[in-house]
Formats: sequence, C-alpha cells, structure tokens
Amino acid sequence: MRTAIFPARFDQLNAIRDFVTQAAGDAGMDESGACAVEMAVDEACSNIVEHAYKGMEAGDIECTCDCDDQVLTIILRDHGRSFNVTTVPSPDLSSALEDRKVGGLGVYLMRKLMDEVRYEHLGDSGNVLTLVRRLKSQK
Amino acid sequence: MEITVQQYKHCDLLAIKGKVDSFTAPELSKAIEKANNDGKFKIVLDLKDLDYMSSAGFRALLVGQRNCKRYNRGEIVLTRAPKKIMDALELTGFTPLFKIFDDVTAAVGSF
Repeated sequence: MRTAIFPARFDQLNAIRDFVTQAAGDAGMDESGACAVEMAVDEACSNIVEHAYKGMEAGDIECTCDCDDQVLTIILRDHGRSFNVTTVPSPDLSSALEDRKVGGLGVYLMRKLMDEVRYEHLGDSGNVLTLVRRLKSQK
Repeated sequence: MEITVQQYKHCDLLAIKGKVDSFTAPELSKAIEKANNDGKFKIVLDLKDLDYMSSAGFRALLVGQRNCKRYNRGEIVLTRAPKKIMDALELTGFTPLFKIFDDVTAAVGSF
C-alpha cells in the first residue's frame, strides 16, 4: 500500500497520473490496464479540483493505492464539498455534434474504465472515492 | 504539451505533442481559437506525438469542431492518432464526430 498527498490543482494531475500508473505497473497490471487507471484517476481528480473544491481555498487530494493478487484499489480522499460522481447521469454519446453535451464525460469514462466506483461522504472527514480495477479486467 | 502550427494553402496543421489534461487543455482550445480568429476553420490535428488526452481535451475538440463546422466554413480532422488515443476516442463516442486519416498528406489533401 502506498499513499501520497497532492495539492488539489490541475498542475498536479501529471504527478498524480505518474503515481498511480507506477502503482498499476508494480501490481502487475498490463499497459492497457495501467492506461485505464491513469485516465480514471485523472478524471476523478479533475472533478475534485473543479467541483469539490470549487470556490473554496483548494485543499489536498490524498491518494492511496492498494493491491492484492486480484485487484488494484485506488482511494481518493478530499475535504471539499460533497460531489457524488455515482449520481452524475451518463452523457448521450450518440447525439449529433450540435447536441453533444460537454459535461459528464469524465464521470462516464471513470465508470467505463473501472470495475467499481464507490463514493462516500464522511461529513467533516471529507469525501472518499474508491476506484477498483481487476488486474485481469475485461474492460 | 506543445503545439506547432504549419499553414498550408487550404488548411492549418496543428501538431500536438505531449499530454492534454485539465491543466493543458485550455492551450489546445486557445490554439484552435487563434486559428479561427485568423479566419482559419479548416484544421488538421496531427496526434502522432500526443501521449495522453483526458475528457478535458475531448471537450476542447468538441467545442472546436462546433465552431469550425458552423456555417459550413470548415472542420477539424484528425490524423495519426496513436492506438491509446483512438481507443479513448471510441470509448467517448467521438469517432463519428471527426474524420480520421492515417497520414498527414491524406488529411491535408482532404480540404
């Protein structure tokens, strides 16, 4: 298990992606699995910066990567306002260019790339987003 | 992320290098807007050296494509997308929104 704390800013996304792809590689995940984790975590952290800490003094994102021989689990904790990604509706990906919505795509990707996405709001203890991907995921 | 611009007779070629995420996507939007402000709406995006693109980048592409296609004045086409980027374009349902060419000559020649 490894944990790192990053300032909740867009300029930290690169470092966060490096941190989780390293964990994915060390867990024995193949390249496409590692890419999926990289993207899902980027989308999750972008949402935390954009929505959870919106209008607030930016706090931190605590990122924990844990693996066993079956799954890689990424836990993202923040102290911003509640932003439950699991209730964000999926965008209509078949709509024409003019009607295509720009929002919701990141959350959609997160769900599509991960085997499990769980969200908990713990009051003063912040928000916890758990992303799980099986090492041999079919996704 | 770096963007280099080459101007052709019938279109602009923007080569995107590096990673497009929520931090760098505004630069991609600006580069497309700058071309538009110069009256250029026919744009080829060369993705050969694009290592990564998140939904922030896809949103920049979507908004750019809408502006370019307005009044039938042009469009954005893509070329040399690495497999990883193609997979993400497919996953997000973006492939029907852009013509995608294997090589630059074909992309530039499409205008």
